[in-house]
Amino acid sequence: MSSGIRVTPEVTHERPAAAQPRLEWRVATVVSVRDETPRARTLVLDVPQWPGHRAGQHVDVRLVAEDGYQSQRSYSIASAPEDASVALTVERIDDAEVSPYLCGVLRPGDGLEVRGPIGGYFVWDIAQGGPLLLVAGGSGIVPLMAMLRHHAHADAAVRARVSVRLLYSARKLEDVIYREELERLAVSPNVKVTLTLTRDAATHWQGYRRRIDRAMLEQESWPASGMSRAFVCGPTPLVESVATLLVELGHDPARVRTERFGPTG
Amino acid sequence: MADTPFIARGFHGRRAPAPSGRLPPGQYETRDFPVLSAGPTPRAPIATWDFTIRDSDEHSVKWSWDELRALPRETPTVDIHCVTKWSKFDTKWEGVSVDVLLDAAHAGGVAEGAFVLGFCDGGYTTNLPLADVTGGKAWVAFGYDGAPLPPEHGGPARLLVPHLYFWKSAKWVRGLQLLARDESGFWEQLGYHDRGDPWHEQRYQGDP
Amino acid sequence: MQTEEMRLDGNAAGGVLREVFARDVTAALATCTGCGAVGPVGALLEYGHGMGMILRCPGCDTAMLRVVRRTGWLHVDASGISLLMIPESTSIS
Repeated sequence: MSSGIRVTPEVTHERPAAAQPRLEWRVATVVSVRDETPRARTLVLDVPQWPGHRAGQHVDVRLVAEDGYQSQRSYSIASAPEDASVALTVERIDDAEVSPYLCGVLRPGDGLEVRGPIGGYFVWDIAQGGPLLLVAGGSGIVPLMAMLRHHAHADAAVRARVSVRLLYSARKLEDVIYREELERLAVSPNVKVTLTLTRDAATHWQGYRRRIDRAMLEQESWPASGMSRAFVCGPTPLVESVATLLVELGHDPARVRTERFGPTG
Repeated sequence: MADTPFIARGFHGRRAPAPSGRLPPGQYETRDFPVLSAGPTPRAPIATWDFTIRDSDEHSVKWSWDELRALPRETPTVDIHCVTKWSKFDTKWEGVSVDVLLDAAHAGGVAEGAFVLGFCDGGYTTNLPLADVTGGKAWVAFGYDGAPLPPEHGGPARLLVPHLYFWKSAKWVRGLQLLARDESGFWEQLGYHDRGDPWHEQRYQGDP
Repeated sequence: MQTEEMRLDGNAAGGVLREVFARDVTAALATCTGCGAVGPVGALLEYGHGMGMILRCPGCDTAMLRVVRRTGWLHVDASGISLLMIPESTSIS
């Protein structure tokens, strides 16, 4: 398994910035919903004139009530750029304003106002090569899943040259989003998925049972000299702690990209 | 090109269903106390903390933490209104009236001014008319809900001017600059109102 | 709830930044007028929750970019950025 090799596919994802489509609010239609865990739901959307997206990007969602009251939030795109429709995975936060609506009220056939895709920093294309480190806390797995799904869509030869390690921290096993799909992806010899559960009391779990710390990162991440890029996403305290630890372990800060989801995530 | 906005079916937001007579226009009641900050929480050591009232000619009067707390204090219970539309009723504070501080400052040679600029650790500033911090309308508050004011809510001390939108109640306040001419503070530079009266919905520059 | 636990970063500001700059700038490199540090806009720390968007330097906390939206206007103060290098292509290595 080679490391650090830059893969140049025949079709690039380069698009001159001047040709970036205008960012406008569009009314998408909810095609279907799928409960991933007790708290997380995937919304599959049909977005008119969707220009395509890159793994790691997000959309802004806007909800307007009849009296004009508005709320806006950002949600990472879970689907791969190669997929036909746009999928968002939303984790319901109790007593919040938007996620209970998206996870509980919104149903197939409803309209949902979205704007996107947004982002040019926290994005990954397989053309950038590997090895790739992905570190997720809670719903921070969503944009990283888009990256994994994009990797899975690539040509076998291309895929074989780009290795990926995912370290994913969740509260309990039942909170692990995309668990079966992650198990299937991990069958691939160059994809490794490691879970750590921070609040699971079940005795059958044989894996890590603590928050991500220096020792775990040292064990599960790539050596500093041989890593092309790391993406860290999830609650702000986790993201900042992991990013700091990766730099302490010798990784180039410019290769560690972060996306904070705020206090929960 | 926003014509008629798309209305999300069944979306109401997390708002109290029945507005009461105590709510200014456009506001909703909250039972929480949301933390909204323009920057990281400063951690000024109490040993070197001071509060200053100064004019534009370098006349100033300062109080140390102990000196401030030795002044006569009050325990106002007030409603507060954030420009982001939440209002919270019956909040309980402890602090020193700005009238007391201004009287001492003028006795110490600080010139009067029609306007005030509050300045804070972390660089935050906010401007207000002098008339809005005098006559029992404003405090330098160091206690909230019976306990020392926590850092995320502005501790050790913040300005408290509850009859105006709450961004005027500057957190981590370190002093007041008295000015002859109004000077925009942090949010006012970006379009928020120089006075900020919630009962007239003075949210942005140009709101009457 | 500490402010630092709630803060986001320049990624979350991406939508508003597209309105200001008409192109994605989260991958652009911004030089801080406070300390001279250079880094991607996506890595700046976001504050302001609800009142506006404040992007601060992760090194020295200088407010590098401030945006407030009100009816009919978008107020932008970029005085904390002394230089902004925006990549021409959207595919960055």
